[in-house]
Amino acid sequence: MRIIPNEMESLWTLFTAPVVWALHFLICYVSVAVYCAKSSQISFGFDVVRLGVVLVTIMALALIAMSGLLAWRQWGFGTHDPPHDDPTRHDRELFQGFATLLLSGLSFVAVIYVAMPLLFIAECSP
Amino acid sequence: MTQFADRMTRKEAKAQEERLRKVWADPSGWRYWTSVNNYQIGLWYAATAFAFMLFAGVLALMVRVQLAVPDNDFLSADLFNQAFTLHGTVMMFLFAVPIFEAVAIFLLPPMLGARELPFPRLSAFGFWSFLLGGIFVCGSIFFNAAPSSGWFMYPPLATDKEFSGIGADIWLLGLSFIEIASIAAAVELIVGILKCRAPGMRINMMPLFAWYLLVVAGMILFAFPPLIAGDILFELERMFDWPFFNPERGGDPILWQHLFWIFGHPEVYIIFLPAIALMAMIVPTFSQRPVVGYSWIVLAAVGTGFLSFGLWVHHMFTTGLPQISLAFFSAASEAVAIPTGVQIFVFIATMLAGRVIFSVPMLFGAGGLAIFVMGGLTGVMVALAPFDWQAHDTYFVVAHLHYVLIGGMLFPVIAGLYYYYPLINARMLSDRAGKLAFWLMFIGFNVAFFPMHLSGLRGMPRRVFTYPPEVGWDWLNLISTIGAFILASGILVIVVDVLRPKHREPEGESNPWNAGTLEWISEPKENWGVRSIPIIESRYPLWDQPNLMRDINKGRFYLPDAEEGRREGLVTSVLDAQPIQVLRVAGTAYVPIISAFFLGGAFVALTFHWWIATIVSAVGAFAAIVYWLWTGTAELPEKPQKHIGLGVTLPLYVSGPSSTGWWAMFITMIGDGTAFASLIFGYFFYWTIHEDFTAGSKGPGAQWPMIGFGLFAAAWIAMIYARRLNGRGFVLAMRACLMLAALLTICGSLAAVAGPLAYGMDPKSHVYPAIVWVLVLWTAVHAVLGLVMQVYCLARSLVGRLTAQHDVDLQNVVLYWHFLFVTALITFAVIGLFPRML
Repeated sequence: MRIIPNEMESLWTLFTAPVVWALHFLICYVSVAVYCAKSSQISFGFDVVRLGVVLVTIMALALIAMSGLLAWRQWGFGTHDPPHDDPTRHDRELFQGFATLLLSGLSFVAVIYVAMPLLFIAECSP
Repeated sequence: MTQFADRMTRKEAKAQEERLRKVWADPSGWRYWTSVNNYQIGLWYAATAFAFMLFAGVLALMVRVQLAVPDNDFLSADLFNQAFTLHGTVMMFLFAVPIFEAVAIFLLPPMLGARELPFPRLSAFGFWSFLLGGIFVCGSIFFNAAPSSGWFMYPPLATDKEFSGIGADIWLLGLSFIEIASIAAAVELIVGILKCRAPGMRINMMPLFAWYLLVVAGMILFAFPPLIAGDILFELERMFDWPFFNPERGGDPILWQHLFWIFGHPEVYIIFLPAIALMAMIVPTFSQRPVVGYSWIVLAAVGTGFLSFGLWVHHMFTTGLPQISLAFFSAASEAVAIPTGVQIFVFIATMLAGRVIFSVPMLFGAGGLAIFVMGGLTGVMVALAPFDWQAHDTYFVVAHLHYVLIGGMLFPVIAGLYYYYPLINARMLSDRAGKLAFWLMFIGFNVAFFPMHLSGLRGMPRRVFTYPPEVGWDWLNLISTIGAFILASGILVIVVDVLRPKHREPEGESNPWNAGTLEWISEPKENWGVRSIPIIESRYPLWDQPNLMRDINKGRFYLPDAEEGRREGLVTSVLDAQPIQVLRVAGTAYVPIISAFFLGGAFVALTFHWWIATIVSAVGAFAAIVYWLWTGTAELPEKPQKHIGLGVTLPLYVSGPSSTGWWAMFITMIGDGTAFASLIFGYFFYWTIHEDFTAGSKGPGAQWPMIGFGLFAAAWIAMIYARRLNGRGFVLAMRACLMLAALLTICGSLAAVAGPLAYGMDPKSHVYPAIVWVLVLWTAVHAVLGLVMQVYCLARSLVGRLTAQHDVDLQNVVLYWHFLFVTALITFAVIGLFPRML
């Protein structure tokens, strides 16, 4: 038996990009918090953490871009205009595609926002 | 077989209507209060929440009178502390969150074209829990025993029994009880929105209100459990001296701040989004056109829901966390302005594209948004860590949060009250009174709160009960107090307008604002929600589907009758809303009230350490809930399927992922898992702050935890086999499997506690044994619940209510066990293996 039933699988796609944002945010926060708390016991420098988190950021952006691409496809590559409010399965799918695309855009920007401090802050300093 | 009104004689149609009316009718006399109908529960819920709001408003006025002039002695310092603590607590927990649950319970069924939400007795239970918990918390101030450490209850002040008294326990236990009710409401709303929409209402056709509430209910599932976990730790410290927040024995008050604000910040959006959802219904009506950018609103709702979880540390900028951590939260706090702004632009675009009718609801809505935008701008300021270091804990923050909450929540809720009042008793509130109230409130609010920015920038800290005359805060405070009374007079006008008798006024038409959404088909004098369940083909069906109201009211759609004398609704599929089941929902009953009173009794008795009363109440609550489940859920229908009209026949019984009960279990366990994750977060938090977080203790060893894990895994496998055997009709083998699983569960729980016992871990000595004990006890308590469920399934099988075809109970219990297995796996790996990896 599945934990997540079939039907929901396609509703879940709406949340892919924000979930990637959330995971990226957690990784940023946790890795830095643990490093700064335990830096006396850790042999490598803070720059290694920064570099690691930058790599995670690139992966997160790639995943979100992928989710956006799939959404763009589901939206018919923009050949149909909103509002997608016809009572048909087709319009429902277009709506999902468009909403997912918008959320991917927001998540992409939000990941960049969250990662920006890594460029400017080079130490733990409380 | 159901006949349709068109083909029936007048007499038959009348009889059909009468049957339906009788089934949904409320009991008369004092038994009226046992009603579980969403219409009554929603109304009682909202009225109670408003009453608490007025109470908290009076507390605010007392606070303002005390601060009006320097060196005032209107309130003593202690009573002042109680007043502002209770003001914040009541406004947040007893007004802002419950009012949205109330509105949702009231509005959602008609808006979705449903007769009822899927678990009406759960709504009733939530309401009675809320009422009891609320009276308990509010009443404390009359005994000089109210909480007095501020609405976020920071330790070490709030854990110190000398300074915080019983008020802190009242806060913790009273609110925990209400939080449980909120989670119950979240389960109800998510299942209702996903599974109980009218046929044809695909997810791209859902009213935006439903989208917002779906997001908000999901947020509750992830936001409230961390606070419940925090409450557990807090109460264990206060009651049994387990030192979670006591630095002398390895604890740390900062953990409470984390857990509180992981709840507290999303909470702001849990409050704001439903209010803005009301605006998303009001703005299109008064622009007389569909909302511009439906998908953009969905983006904004979902995006805000997620981003709001990345903000909590901005309440903790001054606690000495690494600057880079602050920067992450600062960045996320700025990012959340994007989706928030999108909604406001969507509303403005809708108004520009339509022809705006200025009315009282629009006045409150537009005024509220103006205030909210102002609060949002100061929010962007305090989200910048360096500015926050200056403004933290000053009146600037008080001004900011009131601009956000009153503009983003109170004004839209009043707009909603004026807009939806005709649904309550078919009459309108007064236009003149509404305009007067608006201007009093709008002017009063700004006069009260704008000067607080300045007093804050002049250095006035929050929560001081008085101040000397020479510091330059006196006239600003006096202006604020005058403004507060003007604001209060506006609210008084609304109260009078709502309460004045209106029976002499003629009843209005049923859709007085010419709105397009489905909730306006609901008739205040009928209790059935909708006369027949329609097929929906538009986002604004009342505008786009001609004759819809007439056809619904003539019973031309689904389920126009109640032949078997049961309350029935439809379950539809998540994405396309195809009908899949006739759901028989529960009717009037005493059991939700009895359960709520017993459970409330247990919490109240616990506050005062009346152990025997606690045990008696807890046993009573347990018995009531088991009786409720046994008599009211998973009943076997008298026939496998039923004709619902328009040539459609649907099953009366489904189990597994297509059933509403399975979804409720799944959603509840997500919330439960979040609370558990918060405790695990606590464990690792203590690890990060200490060189050696075990403080030299050996821990629970690896042996017992591993044995415990093995036993839980075996019990889980036995449960899966029980379900499989049941499906194949091997009843005796299934019962044997259940018994084996129960035995394994008992042994597993004993093994879980054996570890810390064998190594003599004393939870009072240090935070490490305390957090290990908490994780073990969490797992053990869940195992006891799992055991109860196993015995319950066994009993249901023995009386023939659990069979190969009718296996709802077993399906849901196995789902619970999936989660329990994961809980056991993580607990035993963390406590048994992690200390060895260091």
